[in-house]
Amino acid sequence: MTINRRTFLSAGSAMALGSLAMPALVGKAMAADKIKLGSLLDTSGLFDAYGKPMDMALRLAVDEINAGGGLVGREVDIVAYDTQSDMALYTQYAQQLVRKDKVDVVHGGILSASREAIRPTLHKAEIPYFYNVLYEGGVCDRNITVDGVTPAQQVEVLMPAAIKKWGKKIYILAADYNYGQITARWMKKYAEEAGGEVVQTDFFPLDVSDFGSAIAKIQSAAPDMVASALVGGAHLSFYRQWAAAGMKSKIPMASTTLGIGNEHKVLTPEEGDGILVAYNYSPELASPANEAFLKAWAAKYGDTSLIHEIAVSHYQGVLLWAQAVKNANSMDRMKVIEAVESGLSIDGPSGKVSIDPKTHHAILDVHLMEFESQKLKVVESFSQRQPVDTQAVCDLSANPDDNQQYEINI
Amino acid sequence: MDLAVVIAIQVVYTVALLILISAGLAIVFGMMRVINLAHGEFMMVGGYATIVAVHAGVNIYVAMLIVAPLVVGILGLLVERLVIRFLYGRLIDTMLATWGLSLLLIGLATLIFGNTTTGISPPIAGFPIGDYQVNGYNLFIIVMTAVLVVAIYAVLSGTRWGLIARGTMQRADMASALGYSPDTVYMVTFFAGSALTGLAGGMLAPLVGLVPTAGANFIAKAFITVISGGASVIAGLLSSATLFGIVSEIFNFSVNSMVGEIALLVAAVILLRLMPQGITGRFFKGRM
Repeated sequence: MTINRRTFLSAGSAMALGSLAMPALVGKAMAADKIKLGSLLDTSGLFDAYGKPMDMALRLAVDEINAGGGLVGREVDIVAYDTQSDMALYTQYAQQLVRKDKVDVVHGGILSASREAIRPTLHKAEIPYFYNVLYEGGVCDRNITVDGVTPAQQVEVLMPAAIKKWGKKIYILAADYNYGQITARWMKKYAEEAGGEVVQTDFFPLDVSDFGSAIAKIQSAAPDMVASALVGGAHLSFYRQWAAAGMKSKIPMASTTLGIGNEHKVLTPEEGDGILVAYNYSPELASPANEAFLKAWAAKYGDTSLIHEIAVSHYQGVLLWAQAVKNANSMDRMKVIEAVESGLSIDGPSGKVSIDPKTHHAILDVHLMEFESQKLKVVESFSQRQPVDTQAVCDLSANPDDNQQYEINI
Repeated sequence: MDLAVVIAIQVVYTVALLILISAGLAIVFGMMRVINLAHGEFMMVGGYATIVAVHAGVNIYVAMLIVAPLVVGILGLLVERLVIRFLYGRLIDTMLATWGLSLLLIGLATLIFGNTTTGISPPIAGFPIGDYQVNGYNLFIIVMTAVLVVAIYAVLSGTRWGLIARGTMQRADMASALGYSPDTVYMVTFFAGSALTGLAGGMLAPLVGLVPTAGANFIAKAFITVISGGASVIAGLLSSATLFGIVSEIFNFSVNSMVGEIALLVAAVILLRLMPQGITGRFFKGRM
């Protein structure tokens, strides 16, 4: 066959059409088979230090699920949007996941504000939502499952241990917004139950970075220890100024927030060593599940230094969802929710994580840890702590239609 | 008694801190009438310059006192040559341009250093006063700020350069007629202002947890201090920083730090209502 201009053009255009049409057809056929997992995370902007490792954890979990043959015989496909640390984008992309992508489940949200921005949309659209971050507690909604640690779970372990170790007089420092206020109340409650006494509580706006007067005030109150729920970059200055004033060796400290953003790696050993914290996860945990997790992460990403508390809880959130689908043996929303409510449990890197049917919050291990040479050394593990704060206000088996976040009064 | 000494040190320290973070702005805004909305980001760059230098093995004092001012000074020089010099006398345009610059600097810093908090430890240990422990580095800041104020005063009033600079700021056309190029004078003054801002950023680096957005924490206080101070660079800076430092620390100690911050802002509002030209618009008139 000789090729003249006419045959070349017609053949060429047919090929072009074919190549355009093919992926569309293939895509459609595959999409029907795949399970769509929607993901909304801040992988750029102000909160990307939290969001990027969470995204990595999500992808690792989905890879593992697919390598194990997927769920109910179908592969899992991620539909991810970067919310750019912008709350308005959460609403927009949640709509997109619901209407355009028609996903089967949504994992994501980091700040409480982002969760509350998308929760109503997903509730209304009847798409199961997994929020996998530690937060202040109190969300009561059958459509959501939460596997992050809540203040009561942390503080219940932290305060008695610190009081036993250091003494009864406590000075509380906390960030001046709802997380800090709520956590300070739980600190007071558990301190008093353990026979302690709170001498003073000071709240600091998030942009305060000079703690000179606070340090002088703490010294004049002469407490046995300081309990801190300070949050963010400006507040990190406190620990530095505290150490620089030579206070660290005089008054010991416990914290509910230090370490979540890997702060123990920013502070020097002289500034950090000895600070007591309580979380669900430390890379130092010596369990087969954690070793396997670290190995898998290293194989996929090389470096494990980015792993933090909420990356692991995000990883476990995806595994919990996968387990619920397996237990239900169906992608049907109600069947998955019923599976969440009938003894859902996994063995994750942080230990056993089960879902409390009444609150859809996690029952999990809390580990008491101490900063040591920029690492989180596990001092003691407390197994299977109930989410007592949310349990005090929420009972989804009695009120299945409940749909709000309670403010927990103590 | 010990507590009184500790509080006194803290008050003086707060005053020094306000002077330190405002000094560069007082030169750039007070003298040149350029509203540099990227002032906070210049400080942030100074902080990162210090941290990078220290991690590269440079002595911390060299990093704070030489590297940071130099890096930010050169940054200021570039900004002046490329942007600001076309906008002298156009207040709104300068604001817009420097605001864009601040966003750019935040973006670049995020790209290079990420959004995680970094920092270095202060080089000076704490020491006891009676039953209290005091942060030794705070004293260093007080001393350095005092030296800085004296140095600025000496340069502005004692040297020929200071005289030319002040003359150019008052009547650029007369300075020009006498044979001095206002263009060069503006350039050098902007460099000096930027370098002072970099110095402030460098000296604060060991005290704070640095993130790319840290500049926002300082810019409001710096502007309030400079504007309330009024026309005279040094007298204005000293008087308004002293007033605000004392007011905010009184409330800081007696109530809490949130009330302290509010008290500072309320004091500024009342002061500007009573003295729209700033403190030196009414008192210390004609001083430097």
